[in-house]
Amino acid sequence: MGRILIQDVAKRYLNRRYNERTNDAHTTKKTITVLEHVSLEFQDGEMVCILGPSGCGKSTLLRMVAGFESATSGKILIDDQPVIEPSSDYIFVFQHNGLLPWMTVWENVELGLRHLNNEQEKTDTIQEYIDMVELEGFESYYPHQLSGGMQRRAELARAIVVNPELLIMDEPFSGLDFLTHLKMREEVVNMHQFIKKTIVVVTHDIDDALVMADRVVVMGNAPNNVVLDRKLDFPHPRNIEKVDGLRELRDELYLMLGVNYAV
Amino acid sequence: MKNKSLLLSLLSFSLLIILWAVFTHFGNFSDQVFPSPILVLNSAIELFNNGTLLQHVVASLYRVTVGFYLAVLLGIPLGIMLGRMTLVRQLVNPIIQFLRPISPLAWIPLAMLWFGIGDKPAIFLIFLSSFFPLVVATTMAVSSINPVYFHVASNFNFSQQEIIKKVIIPAILPEVLTALRLTIAIAWLVVVAAEMIAVQSGLGYLILDARNALRMDIVMVGMIVIGMIGVMLDLIMLRLAAIDSIAWNKES
Ligand SMILES: Nc1ncnc2c1ncn2[C@@H]1O[C@H](COP(=O)(O)OP(=O)(O)O)[C@@H](O)[C@H]1O
Ligand SMILES: [Mg+2]
Repeated sequence: MGRILIQDVAKRYLNRRYNERTNDAHTTKKTITVLEHVSLEFQDGEMVCILGPSGCGKSTLLRMVAGFESATSGKILIDDQPVIEPSSDYIFVFQHNGLLPWMTVWENVELGLRHLNNEQEKTDTIQEYIDMVELEGFESYYPHQLSGGMQRRAELARAIVVNPELLIMDEPFSGLDFLTHLKMREEVVNMHQFIKKTIVVVTHDIDDALVMADRVVVMGNAPNNVVLDRKLDFPHPRNIEKVDGLRELRDELYLMLGVNYAV
Repeated sequence: MKNKSLLLSLLSFSLLIILWAVFTHFGNFSDQVFPSPILVLNSAIELFNNGTLLQHVVASLYRVTVGFYLAVLLGIPLGIMLGRMTLVRQLVNPIIQFLRPISPLAWIPLAMLWFGIGDKPAIFLIFLSSFFPLVVATTMAVSSINPVYFHVASNFNFSQQEIIKKVIIPAILPEVLTALRLTIAIAWLVVVAAEMIAVQSGLGYLILDARNALRMDIVMVGMIVIGMIGVMLDLIMLRLAAIDSIAWNKES
């Protein structure tokens, strides 16, 4: 399971800078429309990558899918059930500071299993997932004692240990150095092939989308929020340079985002 | 590094005492105006041996402890509530902001009228001195918690109780400890003043009583002990704030 249906969703925020007496375009409107007429469908087990310029509403969309916020209009269904509130079936992996900083790696990973009664099973499972993200030996470290990449891996372990139907990741690689970024990307792809759950990833990196995605969505500013929605049918491991279809798509995506790959 | 700074502070205190000794030795002061360090030391030993010093120290510490604990017990929960509930905050905040700048010492007449003499008015004054800063600091700390942590809590189905115990309290702890450190220093300042009016014990009373007897050596013993205990209280708070699970916000 993990099929997501986004039906004609709109999201408007109150304009904090609203002031009717000025003529400035930013202050004359009472509300700001971030998303409008957004309709998307993600299949069960799909890896979806969302690209788009800053401020176009990617994080807003993810927060609504996770149930942190509600849509102004339209519907979001996961497995035919409307999303009403957050649930540990849909885990959000945050861009910054997603780990609770006053808890150790172990305690953070334990969050989703804290109601488990079987202590032995709990301990074994936590250890298994900490080992899986290669953090053995760091169980009693606090987040601020870890590197950025290690923090993301710990958060990933905390997310998948509850075996969620859906994983929502908002720019999970931003702020990592080049090699750590590539390693994390590989780990997410491997993990996806292992757990086979739906994963929605927002990224700024076109190569991420090309290498990872079963479906690429390019977003733009309202009212044209969905610029492209395309299925990618290439086997893993993928090498962009060696697959014509990926190279062509790369050029297309660069153009769509308003930049030239060749300079 | 640590040893070096310890050595340096020992050195500066030795210098201060030497300077003090030289000053009183060559200056033409009577012992009643400016006693020498030897005289002060002798008085300290005498007060220590006959038990008076300990008795006054315990009296002062008792009042500070009770007043401070009451302030913590009431102020921090109130601060958490105000930080969480915008409407209540907007209602209560103006009153707190108004009462806060009134020095606890201005409450002395009312404190004596309401609580008579003895420990109670002193404890009340210490409570006041700590309560308002603690409420304000806690409210600020709660309302500035990163919303991501609340998202994490709802994502993992935290109960209301878990949100308080596992998110809010640890999140505000570093800032609250800083506030506690500041308030206990204020409370320690206030207790000495409070003891000069309504009671017959405590370091404040010791100093006042010694002044009436023109025993400046004992006044200075009182001052030195107050200083030492103040530093000790500060060090205890610093120690607490350095614990890893508390100081989650420190730089790596
Ligand atoms: N709580 C909010 N209140 C008002 N405006 C908001 C709020 N959250 C986001 N926005 C606005 O919505 C727009 C989209 O934000 P976001 O979804 O974070 O974009 P992205 O993740 O694509 O960079 C931005 O212009 C932002 O200022
Ligand atoms: Mg964003």
